[in-house]
Amino acid sequence: MSSLAAGSYGIDISGTPAIPFGRLFRVELRKSVNTRAGRWLVGITVGAALLAETIFLIVAAAKNLDSAYGDFVAAAAFTSSFLLPIIGIMLVSSEWSQRTAMTTFTLEPHRMRIVWAKMLAGMSLTAFVIAFALMVGLVCNLLFAVIQGQSPDWTFGWSGFFGFLINQTFAMLGGFALACLFLNTPASIVVYVVYKYVVPTLLGIGSALMVWFSHFAPWIDFQAAQAELYDMPLTGSQWGHLIVSGFIWLVVPLGVGLWRIRHAEVK
Amino acid sequence: MTVLAETPLNVTGTRKIAFERLVRVELRKLADTRAGRWLLISVAALTALVLVIQLWVVVAQDLQVDFSDFLLAMNTPMGILLPVLGVMSVTSEWSQRTAMVTFALEPSRLRVVAAKLVSVLVVSVGALAVGLLLGALAQLLYGVLSGNELVWGSAGTLAFNYLVSWVLGMVTGFAYGALLLNSAAGIVVYFVYSFVLPIPFAIGAQLMDWFDHLRPWIDFSFAQGPLLQGSLTGSEWAHLATSGLIWLVLPLVVGIWRINRAEVK
Amino acid sequence: MIKVEGLTRAYGSFIAVDHISFECRQGRVTGFLGPNGAGKTTTMRVMVGLTPPTAGDVTIGGLHYADIPNPGRHVGVLLDASAQHEGRTGREVLEIGARTMGLPSSRIDEMLDLVSLDAREAKRRVRNYSLGMRQRLGIAHALLGDPSVLILDEPANGLDPAGIRWMRGLLKGYADRGGTVFLSSHLLHEVEQIADEMILIGNGKIVARGTRDELLRGATGGATTTLVTSLDNDHLAGALEEKGHEVHPAGGGLRVTAEPVEVGRVAAEKQIVLTDLRAGHEGGLEELFLELTADTQREHDVVPTGEPSA
Ligand SMILES: Nc1ncnc2c1ncn2[C@@H]1O[C@H](COP(=O)(O)OP(=O)(O)O)[C@@H](O)[C@H]1O
Ligand SMILES: [Mg+2]
Repeated sequence: MSSLAAGSYGIDISGTPAIPFGRLFRVELRKSVNTRAGRWLVGITVGAALLAETIFLIVAAAKNLDSAYGDFVAAAAFTSSFLLPIIGIMLVSSEWSQRTAMTTFTLEPHRMRIVWAKMLAGMSLTAFVIAFALMVGLVCNLLFAVIQGQSPDWTFGWSGFFGFLINQTFAMLGGFALACLFLNTPASIVVYVVYKYVVPTLLGIGSALMVWFSHFAPWIDFQAAQAELYDMPLTGSQWGHLIVSGFIWLVVPLGVGLWRIRHAEVK
Repeated sequence: MTVLAETPLNVTGTRKIAFERLVRVELRKLADTRAGRWLLISVAALTALVLVIQLWVVVAQDLQVDFSDFLLAMNTPMGILLPVLGVMSVTSEWSQRTAMVTFALEPSRLRVVAAKLVSVLVVSVGALAVGLLLGALAQLLYGVLSGNELVWGSAGTLAFNYLVSWVLGMVTGFAYGALLLNSAAGIVVYFVYSFVLPIPFAIGAQLMDWFDHLRPWIDFSFAQGPLLQGSLTGSEWAHLATSGLIWLVLPLVVGIWRINRAEVK
Repeated sequence: MIKVEGLTRAYGSFIAVDHISFECRQGRVTGFLGPNGAGKTTTMRVMVGLTPPTAGDVTIGGLHYADIPNPGRHVGVLLDASAQHEGRTGREVLEIGARTMGLPSSRIDEMLDLVSLDAREAKRRVRNYSLGMRQRLGIAHALLGDPSVLILDEPANGLDPAGIRWMRGLLKGYADRGGTVFLSSHLLHEVEQIADEMILIGNGKIVARGTRDELLRGATGGATTTLVTSLDNDHLAGALEEKGHEVHPAGGGLRVTAEPVEVGRVAAEKQIVLTDLRAGHEGGLEELFLELTADTQREHDVVPTGEPSA
C-alpha cells in the first residue's frame, strides 16, 4: 500500500507528521506580537498597568491611605481587565480583517486546532500581564512601605490571587469568544464594552425597581459573579451564578463562534 | 525643428465638485456597506428595545415618569453607538483603502473631511428625530397604559441638549478616528475615554479636593453630564468648552492635519 | 495527482462552479483558463478546503486536503497575494509560514533569493509592497515547504515581463522534476506557453480541455494552417490554389490551409522569395478561446464614447 502511495499517483505522507500543537501555539503567540498593532497593544496594556500603579502609589502616599499588596495589584487589574479582552479579540478578528486566515487555514486545515492554539496564546499573554502586574505591585508595595516608614502590608492572599487570575483570564476569554462570534474587530469591541460596562448598570436599575428581577439578575450578571471570586471560598449559589452567567457570556458565544469558524468560507 | 504645441487640458466646462454633492455621497457611504447598515439598524433597534423595556417596567411597577426619563433611557444606545459610527466614518476609508479612490476624485482632502463631518452632523440630527419620535410614542403609550397624566417638561431644551451631546459624541469619535486612522484603535480609545477614565477621575475627585475642583475643566464626559439634566449655567458651558478643547478639538485638529499629510495607500 | 469530481459550488441560486470534473497529472503543468468570474478561484479554494463544496469532491494524491498532515510540505498554495497582514514585513510573513511548517530560517533566505526580493525589501511591511512584490512574496510562500503539488491562482498577475519569463521557467522545471502544477489565468498567451494541458472554463462549466495541439485541431477542424508573407503574394496565392490549398488574405500576408513545409516547397518551385513563414496556430487558439467562452464574455462591443449622460 505504501509503495502505491509513494508511486506515480499520490503523495507520500509517511514522512510528514501532523504539525505539533506546540508549534502552532508558538506561531500564534508570535503572530500576536509581530505586527505594529499587536506590539502596541501588549505594550499599552503593560504601560497602562504601570501607570495605574504609579498614580495609585503617589495618591496613596500623599493621602496616607491604608494600602496593602492587594490594592496595588487591583490598580493594575483595573486597566488590564479592559485591555486584555482587546488582545483576545484581535487574536481572532485580525485574521479575518487582514484576510490572513486564508494562509493560516491552508497551512493547517484543522481550524479548531488553530483556535485552541490562539486561545492558549491569549492565556499566555494574560499570564504575562498578570505576572507583570504582580511584580510591579510588589515593587510599589515596598516603595509605599519605605515612603510611609512602616513595614509592608502583604494582605492579598490566595483567594485574592486566584480571583485575580480567573478574573483576568475570563476577561481575555470574553473578548476572544465575542471575536469568534462576530469575526469582526469593531463589532466585538463594542459588544464587549456594552456587556462589561452597560449591562451591569441596566441590571442594577432593573434589580432596584423589581424584586423578582433582583433574584434573577445575579444569574446573568457575569461581572458581579466574578467579583465574588476575590472572596473565596464561594458558596454554592455563588458558584451557581458564576457557572450560569459564564455559560451565557462565555460558552454560548464561543460555541456559536467555533461553529461559525469551522463552516465559514474563508475569503 | 517643429515643436508641437501641447493642447492644454480644457477645464472650462467642468466645475468643482459641489460641496453638497460630497456631503450626499459621504452620507450614502455611511449606509451602503453591511457594517454601516447594521450599525444604523442597531442604533434604531436598540433604542426601540430600550424604550419597550422601560415602558414595560414603569407600567408594571406603576412608576411615575416623564418625557425626560424616556430620553435618558435611549441615551444609552445612542450615546454608545453614534460615536462608533463617527470613528468608522473616517477609519473605514483607511481600513478598506477606499481613501485612494476618494482622494483621487476630490484631491482637496479638507473638503472631503468637512463633508464627512457634515454628514456626521446630519446623522446626529436624524438620530435625534428618530429618538424624539420613539420617545414621544413611548410617552403616549405610557399615558394610555398607566392612565397617568403626561409630563413633557422642558422638552425643547432637552432635545437641544441631547443633540449637542450626541454631536459631541460623534465628533469626538470622528476625531479619534482621524487621529489614529484605524477602527479598532479609534473605538478602543473612545471607550477608554468614555467608560474607563471617568472611574479614576471620580476616585481622584473623592480623595483630593483640588482635583475635585479641577475635574469639570478636564473631564469632558463629566462636563457633558449636565446636558442630560436641563439647561446649563455659564460655568457649566465653560467646563464643556475647556474640557472639549482637550478631548475633542485637539485630537480633531491633529487628526485632520494627519489626514491632510498622510500618504494614502 | 489532483482529482476533481463533479464539483459544484452554489451561492444561493447562483451556480459559481457547475459540476466540473478533471484531473491534473504528475509531471505536467495544467492550465486553468477562463474569463473573469468563470469560477477558477472558487474551484481552487474548494481544492484547499477554504470553501466548502455544495457537491462533489476533490482529492490531492488520493487524499482530501484536510487529511494531508502538514499540508504546506506537500501542496504549495497561492490564492490571493494581497491577503497578507499589511503590518507584517515580507520576511516575517515567510517566517510564520516556515515556523508553522517546521522549516529552518535558512529556507526563508533561499526563497527570498529565488523570487528576487532583496534583504531591504524583505524588511519592508507588506503595506508598502507593489502588486508584483506581493506576488513574488506569495510565490515564495507557496514554494517554502518544497511541495510536490502547486496550486497557483493567477500567479503572473502584476509580474513584470522578466518576472513572467522567470516564473515560466520555474514552473516548467518544477513539473520536469516530477511536480504537479495547476495554475489559473485569464490570459491565454500566458498559459499557452507553459501548460502541457489546458482546461477552459466559462460560466462555471468546462468548455474544452486538452493539450495545445488537441485544442487546435479541434479549432481548425483538424486542418493545419500556415501564415506566409512573400515579395509576391498574388503569385504565391495563385500557385498554392493551383495545388488545391485554401488561401485567404491575412494582414500583410496569407493564411493557407497546409503545412508550412508544403507552402515552402511551392514557393521554392516558383522561386518566390518568402519574408515570413510560420505555423498559423496563434490566431487559432485565441479565436478558439474567445469562441468557446463567447457567451460568457462580458464585452458586448460597446465602446465608451463622449460625455457621460446627465
Ligand atoms: N460568496 C459569494 N457569494 C456570491 N457570489 C460569489 C461568492 N464568491 C464568488 N462568487 C461569484 O462566483 C463567480 C466565480 O468567481 P471566481 O471563482 O472568483 O471567478 P474567477 O474565475 O475570476 O476566479 C463570480 O461571479 C463571483 O462573483
Ligand atoms: Mg479569480
